[in-house]
Amino acid sequence: MKQQSMMVHGVILGIFCLGFGLLLAVTDSLTAKDIAARALEDRQNSLSQVIPDNIHDNNPVTDTVAMKDAQGNEITVYRATKEGKVTGLAYEIFGSGYGGKIKLMLGVDAQGKVLGVRVLAHKETPGLGDKIDVKKSDWILRFTGLSLDNPLPEKWKVKKDGGQFDQFAGATITPRGVVRAVREGLEFFAANKAQMMDLSAPKAPMKEGH
Amino acid sequence: MATEYKTIVRDGLWDNNGVLAMLLGMCPTMAMTTSATNGLGMGLATAAVMAASSLLVSIFRSRITQEVRIPVYILIVASMVTLVDLCMNAWMHELYKVLGLFIALIVSNCLPLARLEAFAAKEPALPSFMDGLFMGIGFTIALTCIGAVREISGSGTLFAEASLLLGPAFKFMEMRLLPPDMGVLMMILPPGGFLVAGLMVVVKRMIDVRSGKAIQMGGAHSVA
Repeated sequence: MKQQSMMVHGVILGIFCLGFGLLLAVTDSLTAKDIAARALEDRQNSLSQVIPDNIHDNNPVTDTVAMKDAQGNEITVYRATKEGKVTGLAYEIFGSGYGGKIKLMLGVDAQGKVLGVRVLAHKETPGLGDKIDVKKSDWILRFTGLSLDNPLPEKWKVKKDGGQFDQFAGATITPRGVVRAVREGLEFFAANKAQMMDLSAPKAPMKEGH
Repeated sequence: MATEYKTIVRDGLWDNNGVLAMLLGMCPTMAMTTSATNGLGMGLATAAVMAASSLLVSIFRSRITQEVRIPVYILIVASMVTLVDLCMNAWMHELYKVLGLFIALIVSNCLPLARLEAFAAKEPALPSFMDGLFMGIGFTIALTCIGAVREISGSGTLFAEASLLLGPAFKFMEMRLLPPDMGVLMMILPPGGFLVAGLMVVVKRMIDVRSGKAIQMGGAHSVA
């Protein structure tokens, strides 16, 4: 008798799991295409913020190379080409902030000048460190046009450390991490320029999601 | 019947408020009340999930045996959360970008589970739906108030970025009440959450005492 009632409970639980599993499977198959399209749009949006539309005639989202950055992270390098020549590159860079890793997208042109930097994800303190987000403040825009020798390497720091970048009131660690990440990103470009610009290199397969 | 719904509404919004009376759902309360807008977003998403899962549990209540009810409730809440998450990601993507990270957190909220057990498991579909909805709205109000106090004292703004959540028409809600450097940082860090939530509970109880009501202990009168 006891065994039988246990069976019944198991079956009830199983039926519920099956039912809701099915419901979720159906929802997933209904939404999968739209979600993938939105993810691609998001990536296109974040890329078009760091690679101006007028410098390329290809789609950088699909023209990619897989590389390893200086810390050994697998990154995808998106390439903008115009008339068969590489005019710009965009790739993820990582800074260490107050609340952990800050993920950024850096765009550089073929000469190593910054086309733009945007924050992709961060866990900085709301109201303080989150001013690195372009939605909250235009601080991040000041990197545009800079390169490794403008300003000079010793000036690639926040003002508190003797450099030329403003920190925020109450937050130094966050901008310090971002400035350093951008500088390292440019150094990465300088060191790997040949491989990144090589159009004959095999294209990386498209990755799903972010 | 009308009085019954009145009790449900009163219970959810004030008497038995999820945060201020029952002290449930403290994890999302602490994490998501750094601004009034965040509190509002988290609250609304929770209200939707609570209304849907209360309705479902109530419909299936005669089929769910006592022994397996907890796993089934968790299954239902988690399914509703995933459903809302997928649909919003696909069809309300702008809103999802703001609310997305809150949605998965709803699973960690014990308030929906508590209401399923205390109410929806015994009552018919419509009252259960109303209970889930108004408990959710009560949760939203509590989170928005805590968020507002923390935001004003911590960053000097109120409803910052509300237009990202509610649409451009709500731009007027975004206010700056104090100059940017006046905020007390501690208020938007975790200690501020505990402080403000505690003070809110005190305020609620003081109002209850003033109006001659006995203080209700967490959920006592609706949990059998």
